[in-house]
Amino acid sequence: MAVGLPRFNNPRGAQVPLFSARVLVSLRPSVLDPAGEATRAAAARLGVDGVSKLRIGKAVEVELEAPDAQSARAQLELLSDRLLANPVIENWTLELKDDSSAGA
Amino acid sequence: MTLGVVVFPGSNCDRDVQWAAEGCLGIKTRFLWHEERDLTGLDAVVIPGGFSYGDYLRCGAIARFAPVLQEVVAFAERGGKVLGICNGFQVLTEMGLLPGALTRNQKLHFICEPTNLRVEPGQCSWLKGYASGEVVNFPIAHGEGRYQADEALLQQLEDGGQVVLRYCSNPNGSVGDVAGLTNANGNVLGLMPHPERACDPATGGVDGRRLLASLIS
Repeated sequence: MAVGLPRFNNPRGAQVPLFSARVLVSLRPSVLDPAGEATRAAAARLGVDGVSKLRIGKAVEVELEAPDAQSARAQLELLSDRLLANPVIENWTLELKDDSSAGA
Repeated sequence: MTLGVVVFPGSNCDRDVQWAAEGCLGIKTRFLWHEERDLTGLDAVVIPGGFSYGDYLRCGAIARFAPVLQEVVAFAERGGKVLGICNGFQVLTEMGLLPGALTRNQKLHFICEPTNLRVEPGQCSWLKGYASGEVVNFPIAHGEGRYQADEALLQQLEDGGQVVLRYCSNPNGSVGDVAGLTNANGNVLGLMPHPERACDPATGGVDGRRLLASLIS
C-alpha cells in the first residue's frame, strides 16, 4: 500500500540536505545571437548609446536534495551539461550557493 | 513495408507524413505515441515536424528523453532508417544521432516559403532516388533552422560526405548552407525543409515523393 508514496509524505525526506544553485547558460562566443543584436538595437532607440555587446542567455534556479555538497555538485554538473545547456552551442557556469552550510 | 511516425504532444506534421506516405505512395504507416516502446514490424521511422512538448529550454531538448526515442536510438544503431523533418531534425541533433545544433534564424523571422535545395554527393539511403547535383524544391517552415557547427566539425562533415542537402539560396544563416545532414552510415537523415509537403500535386510540386519512395524502390 505504501509503494509509490509521494516524497512529501515521507518524513525521512526532510532529513536530506537541500542545496540551492544557479546555472547560467550563455551562447558560446562563436555563435551568432540575433535576438541579442535586436535587443542591442532597441537599447539605442531607448537612448542608451554605447552598448557594444549584448548577448542573451538563461539563468536557471535549481534546488536539489543530495546527501552532501560533493554529490550535489556532481548531479548539478550532469544536469547542466546534459540538459540545461547544449555544449555544441552553449557554455554554462554553476553557482552552488554556500557549499559548506547548505541544507544544515 | 511499414513506416512509423512519432507523435509528440505538439507534433503537427504527423498527419502530413501519413498522407504523403500512405495517401500518395501507398506506404503503410503506424503512429508511435511518445510513450510507446514497441517498434517491432517497422522498416523506418519518421520524427515529424511541428513542436515536441513545448520545446522548452531548446527545440527538442525535452523530447530527447521520450521513451519512444530511446527505442529509436537503438533502432538507428541497428541500421534502421530514421528521418527527422524540421523539429524532428532538431530532436535528432539533441539526441546526438546527428552532430551540430539548430538555432534561431539569422534574421529572427519565422520563414515559410518554397526553397530550392541541391542534392550533394553522399551515401544517404533516403536520397538514392535523386541525382547528385540535382536541384529540388521543398517548402521550409521554421524559426529555428540555422544550422550551427564549428569549423572543425563542419569540415569533418564535408569531408565525410554527410552534408547531403544544401540551400541554393541560404534563407536562415546556416553554416555551409546546410539544409540536411546524414550520419556516417547514411541511414539517418535530418533536414529542415519538408519533403512530405511536396508529395501531393494538389498542394504544389512532388519533388519530395522520391525521398519517401526510397523505402519501396
